[in-house]
Amino acid sequence: MEKIYRRPESLYDTSTHYCPGCGHSTVHKIIAEVVDELGIRKKVIGIAPVGCAVVAYNYWNFDCSEAAHGRALAVATAIKRVRPNNIVFTYQGDGDLAAIGTNETIHAANRGENLTVIFINNAIYGMTGGQMAPTTLLNQKTATTPLGRDAKFQGYPLKISEMLAVLPAVKYIERVSLQSVPETIKAKKAIKQAFINQVDGVGFSLVEVLSPCPTYWGMNPVDSLKWIKDVMAKEFPLGRIK
Amino acid sequence: MKNKILMSGNEAIAEGAIKAGCRFYAGYPITPQNELIAYMSSRMPEVKGVFIQAESELAAINMVYGASAAGVRAMTSSSSPGVSLKQEGISYIAGAELPAVIVNVMRGGPGLGNIAPAQSDYFQATRGGGHGDYRSIVIAPSAVQEAFDLMFLGFGLADKYRNPVIVLTDGMLGQMMEPIKVASCKFQVSSKKPWALTGCAGRKPNIVKSFFLAEGALEIANLKLQEKYKTIQEKEQRFEGLFLDDANIILVAYGSMARVAKGAVGALRRNGKKVGLIRPITLWPFPSKVFKSICQRNKKSKVLVIEMSYGQMIEDVLLSVNGKLPVEFIGKSGGGIPSEEDIINKIKLL
Ligand SMILES: Cc1ncc(C[n+]2csc(CCOP(=O)(O)OP(=O)(O)O)c2C)c(N)n1
Ligand code: SF4
Repeated sequence: MEKIYRRPESLYDTSTHYCPGCGHSTVHKIIAEVVDELGIRKKVIGIAPVGCAVVAYNYWNFDCSEAAHGRALAVATAIKRVRPNNIVFTYQGDGDLAAIGTNETIHAANRGENLTVIFINNAIYGMTGGQMAPTTLLNQKTATTPLGRDAKFQGYPLKISEMLAVLPAVKYIERVSLQSVPETIKAKKAIKQAFINQVDGVGFSLVEVLSPCPTYWGMNPVDSLKWIKDVMAKEFPLGRIK
Repeated sequence: MKNKILMSGNEAIAEGAIKAGCRFYAGYPITPQNELIAYMSSRMPEVKGVFIQAESELAAINMVYGASAAGVRAMTSSSSPGVSLKQEGISYIAGAELPAVIVNVMRGGPGLGNIAPAQSDYFQATRGGGHGDYRSIVIAPSAVQEAFDLMFLGFGLADKYRNPVIVLTDGMLGQMMEPIKVASCKFQVSSKKPWALTGCAGRKPNIVKSFFLAEGALEIANLKLQEKYKTIQEKEQRFEGLFLDDANIILVAYGSMARVAKGAVGALRRNGKKVGLIRPITLWPFPSKVFKSICQRNKKSKVLVIEMSYGQMIEDVLLSVNGKLPVEFIGKSGGGIPSEEDIINKIKLL
């Protein structure tokens, strides 16, 4: 019998620590598949964030570094500069990439570092217990916006991808979603493209993934996917941004 | 003065680092260390190294973390307020057991302070500075030649112990120019870094991290660090001693301050006073062994600590002397530097 689907070599055979219905595990698997498909496992260096994905290296069967909260792109910049033949990517949540690490994000992008950035936008801080993120939607209730995010006090959801797209050194930005199987397939295509870009030396590539956090959205996994489609993707439109 | 070239302390540190094999530098401008970042920007490309002007000190130290994780000798430099920002990264570097060299060309503080030389970051450098139970190795040159030479030691110790090394100097030494001999490395350690991130071809994946969530795991990692620190304390104490055999007044000063203290020792010796000097070269590990032997040998001596701060290193002296000898202090900061005269006058009162 021919095996047509198997666990990628880049993914360890282990049980997950993520909540049921969490998007992190899906994106971890996609990255592992893409790394295998491109045959770059032995060259890849992944940078795990601080956030629910802090132990991403427990799942990936390739070299990984941790970075302090928000600093992944500074760490990645240096690794890529001293090892230009390796394939270096960061995996970051919205708290990590768009709040504490905004400075590092903008400047690594503006320098046009030849890196791949996987940006998990779940509109909330997962690991610390569901506080407001820069990407939290208006009226969304979180641990620190108990009445819902109010533009008057907390501003509007931060559109990092659109902001980065204006920088001339940024080469590829796409926003994708895990809201359905077809959209997840598109997500994989975009992530693969972001890695191919690095292999080809194209430059800074970022894929923003709208990803569910059922636990702190206070929804079941199925309703979470529906919420991404009906609410979140309206605020953060899907598709190629640059 | 044959074969010597005129260099500022900042430039000598930069050239020393390059000669010691540093091939990655990231920094952010701040006075009085600006000559260092400028020097690196022109020299690094010449030796096929990487220079990055980072967007902040936070980014710079985390770039050093990345370059070091990838197996390259890496350095950053800054001055006091900038080093405060680097503390997060230094703690992570210590936790992940990465080698790195961090230069602090100290200026007056707290806060924005001023740009005059000071020694008021001693506590920050020697006590960890960032969060957690960790130590940085701290070395303090007191001349431009020594600033150059100690970079070999700095990178050597960083690699040997996989630990951050802080070169603690100040605006006076950073900016002063002296003729120096530029030689190459004497301190050899194995350049093999099997733990580095290079891609997992031919081996199991490497992970660089300081996160230990499982019950008891962090305690095990921290105990291992403590063992390492004990070894460093035992083996790496360094100091310069002057006239310690017969001294009944022992000055203690480091870095720029030791230059003034040496002047005072010379003047007093010419007048027949039995004055000596201990100049710590490593501030952590503090050279406590020499104090212990002084306590046994020079039982009637008095110790005078002189700092460009209001008293920080004196705590290490007090710990080392352990109440066995009287310890006096002179200190100034915020732009003031205790003079030879201040020292001589103080000694008259002892
Ligand atoms: C300097 C610092 N500040 C704060 C924290 C606490 N912290 C850990 S994870 C996190 C938020 C993570 O949110 P996000 O990046 O969106 O990832 P998620 O957990 O949602 O996947 C925070 C604030 C920290 N570890 N370090
Ligand atoms: S808290 Fe949210 S982001 Fe974190 S693992 Fe659970 S579902 Fe995923």
